[in-house]
Amino acid sequence: MEYFLIIISAIFVNNIVLAQFLGICPFLGVSNKLSTATGMSLAVCFVITFATVVTYLLNQYLLVPFGLDFLQTIAFILVIAALVQTVEIVLKKVSPSLYQALGIFLPLITTNCAVLGVAITVVTKEFTFGSAAPHMLNLAESAVYAFATALGYGLAMVLFSGLREHLALCNVPKSFKGLPVALITVGIMAMAFLGFSGIV
Amino acid sequence: MAGRRFSLITKGFLKENPTFVLLLGMCPTLATTTSAINGLEMGLATLFVLVLSNIAISLIAPKVPDKVHIPVYIVVIATFVTVLQLLMQAFVPEVYRTLGLFIPLIVVNCIILGRAEAFAGKNGWLDSACDGLGIGLGFTVSLTVIGIIREILGNGSFFGWKFIQGDGILAFVMAPGAFLVLGYLMVIFNKIAKK
Amino acid sequence: MAAKSNLLNMALCLTLVCLFCAALLGGVYALTKEPIDNAAAAEAKAAIAQVLPEGGEISQALSAGGYEYYESRMDSVVNAYAVKTSTNGFGGLLTLMVGVLPDGTIYNTKVLSHSETPGLGAKCTSDARFMAQWKGFAAGKKLTVTKDGGDVDAITASTITSRAYAKAVEQARELVKSLQEE
Repeated sequence: MEYFLIIISAIFVNNIVLAQFLGICPFLGVSNKLSTATGMSLAVCFVITFATVVTYLLNQYLLVPFGLDFLQTIAFILVIAALVQTVEIVLKKVSPSLYQALGIFLPLITTNCAVLGVAITVVTKEFTFGSAAPHMLNLAESAVYAFATALGYGLAMVLFSGLREHLALCNVPKSFKGLPVALITVGIMAMAFLGFSGIV
Repeated sequence: MAGRRFSLITKGFLKENPTFVLLLGMCPTLATTTSAINGLEMGLATLFVLVLSNIAISLIAPKVPDKVHIPVYIVVIATFVTVLQLLMQAFVPEVYRTLGLFIPLIVVNCIILGRAEAFAGKNGWLDSACDGLGIGLGFTVSLTVIGIIREILGNGSFFGWKFIQGDGILAFVMAPGAFLVLGYLMVIFNKIAKK
Repeated sequence: MAAKSNLLNMALCLTLVCLFCAALLGGVYALTKEPIDNAAAAEAKAAIAQVLPEGGEISQALSAGGYEYYESRMDSVVNAYAVKTSTNGFGGLLTLMVGVLPDGTIYNTKVLSHSETPGLGAKCTSDARFMAQWKGFAAGKKLTVTKDGGDVDAITASTITSRAYAKAVEQARELVKSLQEE
């Protein structure tokens, strides 16, 4: 039950893009076409889940025992950067077709603040779902939370790119062309997602 | 020479405005501008890291081997962000709590790595400091303007000074308002810049 | 401009940069540790003092039943408790410091952190009528909102936040009751 609540909360209620404002740059940057948006979402999904598990372990077993949690920011970003590189190299060797699909997005992910944002959130914030007492997430919950958050990212991205493909064909005033009208569209989407607030 | 440095500082306001022209650092721009003062504080925090990392990077760049320059830059930036985190926790814990997650996330703010790559890596330290100051001030002003507008519309106040009774249009202090205000400001900016 | 890369200078450069940064951070951490601890302690103390009667001697942090609480003693007799409780509000965690007198009367409450909707639930930190009712909330009164048949006046249009608030206060009162029975 709790996992279910975590998933619903992370995908809809606290959608990472529309409610938490993380990962906006790639969200606006690569959402022109549905196909690239899908590719990016998959890559982000993979990296966020993987990175969160690794940084969680790093924090739990290395930083906290030695009283070094003030190094979180620097340690996490280095781990994420290294991880992304490794994933890229491994993917290239193991599955060239998957690399073809996701490869170009991987370098962009290091500076996607969604990854670092989720990694920091799960180790610093207390959560409460349903009737459970507030607590820090354990490893399994963190992984589920990260994965669901990434799904939420994918959802917002895919929805938005679908809208943008239509927007590109519309005749909008000149100064609205491109990003301004896209931002206003996201604003309206965010309003729609506000309707989910309070259900968990 | 002095004139050139001056133009390095002023270009961040209009010509190379990080928010409205270069479209960088969108996450803190949207997330922390719920009020004018929050926007201002976030801008200043970014300015601090930007100037210091620009200076440090311009000093070490000639010595850094090409292939590892990105990791080195990231380490330098992350160091200054951590310094900022510690200083804020010590002396302005209230502000640190309000801005929360977005302070550590300065590390991945594309403005900072972008300036390191595009400017500080190739120029002297004084020029880089001016560049950081210019872009940082441009960012601060943009954030403050968005904050002012959202606060006026959403809360009916200006820098905390309330001029209407009751509530404003709440949507503007919530998530949708951030996107809408930024979108419409960009429209206005486009209109002015194209003339 | 940049130096040519080879394995040796890459490794050397990264090591040096990391060492230098680590040293710098270690230094800054050592310098700021005391101010950070002081700031956190001062903040906690201010929140506790606000919900307790003046002049009491406040104890160190104690814990019981999973809650963190503080005792205030006047002439070495406990005259009030400050309990930290959290519940699930509308937008996320709602954390309160609740001052409770030994007889179960609420002395005062203070919101430590919340993520309620601005202008609606967030009024739990500013709505005068809502906040005033907690001062001296009598022990016999029911800690549920009037809509659910209790004695708590909810914030207009923010029943969920008000319920969460009342629940957090209730938790504190229950804890004090169990402490009294011991």
